[in-house]
Amino acid sequence: MATVSANSATVAHAAEHDHHEPQSFWRTYIFSEDHKTIAKQYLISGIIWSIIGISLSVMFRLQLGFPNMKLDFLRPILGSWINETGKLDPDFYLALVTMHGTIMVFFVLTAGLSGTFSNFLIPLQVGARDMASGFLNMLSYWFFFLASMIMLGSLFIETGPASGGWVIYPPLSALPQAHKGSELGMTLWLISMALFIVSQLLGGINYITTVINLRTRGMSFSKLPLTIWAFFLTAVLGLISFPVLLSAALLLIFDRSFGTSFYLSEIYIKGEALPNVGGSPILFQHLFWFLGHPEVYIVLLPALGMTSEIIATNSRKPIFGYRAMIASMMGIAFLAFIVWAHHMFVTGMNPFLGSIFMFLTLIIAVPSAVKAFNYITTLWRGNIRFTPAMLFSIGLVSFFISGGLTGLILGNSALDIQLHDTYFVVAHFHLVMGAASAFGLLAGVYHWFPKMFGRMMNEKLGYVHFWLTFIGIYLVFFPMHYVGIAGFPRRYYAFTSYDFTKNIFADMNAFISLAAIFTFTAQWVFIYNFVHSLIKGRKATQNPWKSNTLEWTTPINPGHGNWPGEIPAVYRWPYDYSKPGAKDDFIPQNVPYSQTPESNLPHENELIGLEKEIEAQNLNDQFKQPH
Amino acid sequence: MSELVNDISIVEEPEETLSMNPRKFILWLFIVSIIMLFAAMTSAYLVRRAEGNWLEYDIPSIFSYSSVVLIVSSLTMHWAYLAAKKDNFGSLKIAITITFVLGAIFLYMQFQGWIELVNENVFFVGNPAGSFMYIFTGLHGFHLISGIIVLLVALIAAFRLKIHATSLNQIEIAATYWHFLDILWLYLFFFLVYFH
Repeated sequence: MATVSANSATVAHAAEHDHHEPQSFWRTYIFSEDHKTIAKQYLISGIIWSIIGISLSVMFRLQLGFPNMKLDFLRPILGSWINETGKLDPDFYLALVTMHGTIMVFFVLTAGLSGTFSNFLIPLQVGARDMASGFLNMLSYWFFFLASMIMLGSLFIETGPASGGWVIYPPLSALPQAHKGSELGMTLWLISMALFIVSQLLGGINYITTVINLRTRGMSFSKLPLTIWAFFLTAVLGLISFPVLLSAALLLIFDRSFGTSFYLSEIYIKGEALPNVGGSPILFQHLFWFLGHPEVYIVLLPALGMTSEIIATNSRKPIFGYRAMIASMMGIAFLAFIVWAHHMFVTGMNPFLGSIFMFLTLIIAVPSAVKAFNYITTLWRGNIRFTPAMLFSIGLVSFFISGGLTGLILGNSALDIQLHDTYFVVAHFHLVMGAASAFGLLAGVYHWFPKMFGRMMNEKLGYVHFWLTFIGIYLVFFPMHYVGIAGFPRRYYAFTSYDFTKNIFADMNAFISLAAIFTFTAQWVFIYNFVHSLIKGRKATQNPWKSNTLEWTTPINPGHGNWPGEIPAVYRWPYDYSKPGAKDDFIPQNVPYSQTPESNLPHENELIGLEKEIEAQNLNDQFKQPH
Repeated sequence: MSELVNDISIVEEPEETLSMNPRKFILWLFIVSIIMLFAAMTSAYLVRRAEGNWLEYDIPSIFSYSSVVLIVSSLTMHWAYLAAKKDNFGSLKIAITITFVLGAIFLYMQFQGWIELVNENVFFVGNPAGSFMYIFTGLHGFHLISGIIVLLVALIAAFRLKIHATSLNQIEIAATYWHFLDILWLYLFFFLVYFH
């Protein structure tokens, strides 16, 4: 029945969607429904957020590295958060840590990364005119924008932004009287995050629908580029885990504003008992980490997908173990949901339960190692071109391995009890999820800049940016492991007043802070390069990296609908690089086997017969179909 | 090298890419996210309940009656769908109006249920056992309001004769969502009865 109705409706709607008139400035650039424009909006927002987010970290690094420093020069920005003696206000230190985490995890590496590249690449690489629903896509960006404005606004209120850590554990976050940052700042945090979750769900639903329903002729799942596989699985993770965070936040909102006791029980403040009884703060941690752990992979998987593509292209070799890569991403995505309690080993959890979660956690090492080996074997004896994107991708592999190794240590419940909430943890996740994802994001920008803006980025500045950042990040986070093993807890305002931290590692902390400032400064090379190339960059050719995927078959500046004529059909997988016998070292996905008899393998010659069938398939052109 | 490629790509038939109506597909994904929202809530309920200190109280009897109302509304929704399929505009309008009214009655009965709870001295603020009851019914009610809005849009479309045998998408989406909200309530109701 459904197919019959769909077909007859095609006729009715065809006329309606055949022509798209040029639209006003507002509809083209601001409230745009075009996936490419929305992707650029996400990218620009992400860049602005990352500047803010990293600046905050530099401020608290100044406090940690140079506890006696006079910070008066920050007064024009921070106002009275720098007190009369020129010291950073301890409350605001906590706010800085919290906002750095929130901004980097959600606003930069979730929205800025997935939002940019899922939006940009999914329709272009699966061969679709646009996202399944342009309207929902636009709505997704503007929900994100609203969330951004509220979060940004919370930085400037009198009591300061949320400051209970990005994990906002109750009871600290649930009781406005507990702490300055739990007042209005926390309320704004919750409102902003609720809007953010709505935005991510709208976006994710769109990504999944587009990948499943709007692939072009011949684009079976086994011919999808790994980027699309990664974005698809990321969206599935988000769809399943973000509603859980919404539940957690909702209950917290009721606790804060309506007096319920979901997370609160028998609390005394200044000797006075609160009326709340019967709640459980651990409940919040379970709900939070059920999102919180998949969130790590929501951040990382898109970066892994993009770098798979970039490394294969620039090694001029097929990706090693295409199916193993997909299987390991699926494995990671599945395991992501059953390991959350490894963040909670010290909550008084039953040790037996702890060892189950430890076992499950350590299993993640298997698919992760498969990915790492596949990257290395793809590079092995490749005809490597060191473009900036390629360097950043290799940098990601380095961080993924060195940060992942410490994951094995922290995944052990016995070791985690010692290392929990120390700088060892900070070093671990900044390498494996922070720096690795950021490198994926940067690699993606360098690689797809020509497709996004029709111009090339400056390669020399790209190299400078890469080496400064790569070295800088290791200088920041490698020493941090030692500080962590020495027992320095995270989120502490100063280490000058405790016996176990008083006279040690002050120099190391100062060094880390200097390295952080150095790395932050290096990012301006990228900002300069980005803006300069946008205006004056060398004009791009249609396929500057000699890549196989469909986005490079569109015009240099793809218009509305991406392909001027019919959407190309797909005949082969996206990794036919350096195929023996072929005249070029790459064969794009839309080249049929019948045109490449010199390089076909025996079983591929048999596929020639199927080409007619692929071409005869439903065009799947959404602009000519009811939608 | 060639061996490697052989390993990776197995011979396959060209498949048609799935061409389900994207809007219906979006609805199903939306339903998945709602399921996760309530899965989180109900598992939070179980985790909290296992810790003890749990208030015991009777579930308002009106919730059983409201469940029946909602089931009936699902039946009339299906009747509306069948009528639309047969281009039977008279029954379509009647059926969709009845569904709409039953939805409103359901919401009213849920509200009565809250009043019953208050009379039993079970408040939103207090032991989480009671709070959860309000959260479940309230969140479901909130989603039901969204379902009623979808229904209202379909109702207007039906009266403008925009729903007919060759244009069923709208009524199908409204019906799927409505049936889902029905099943969701039954799940919550039996969950609360079983685990209270």
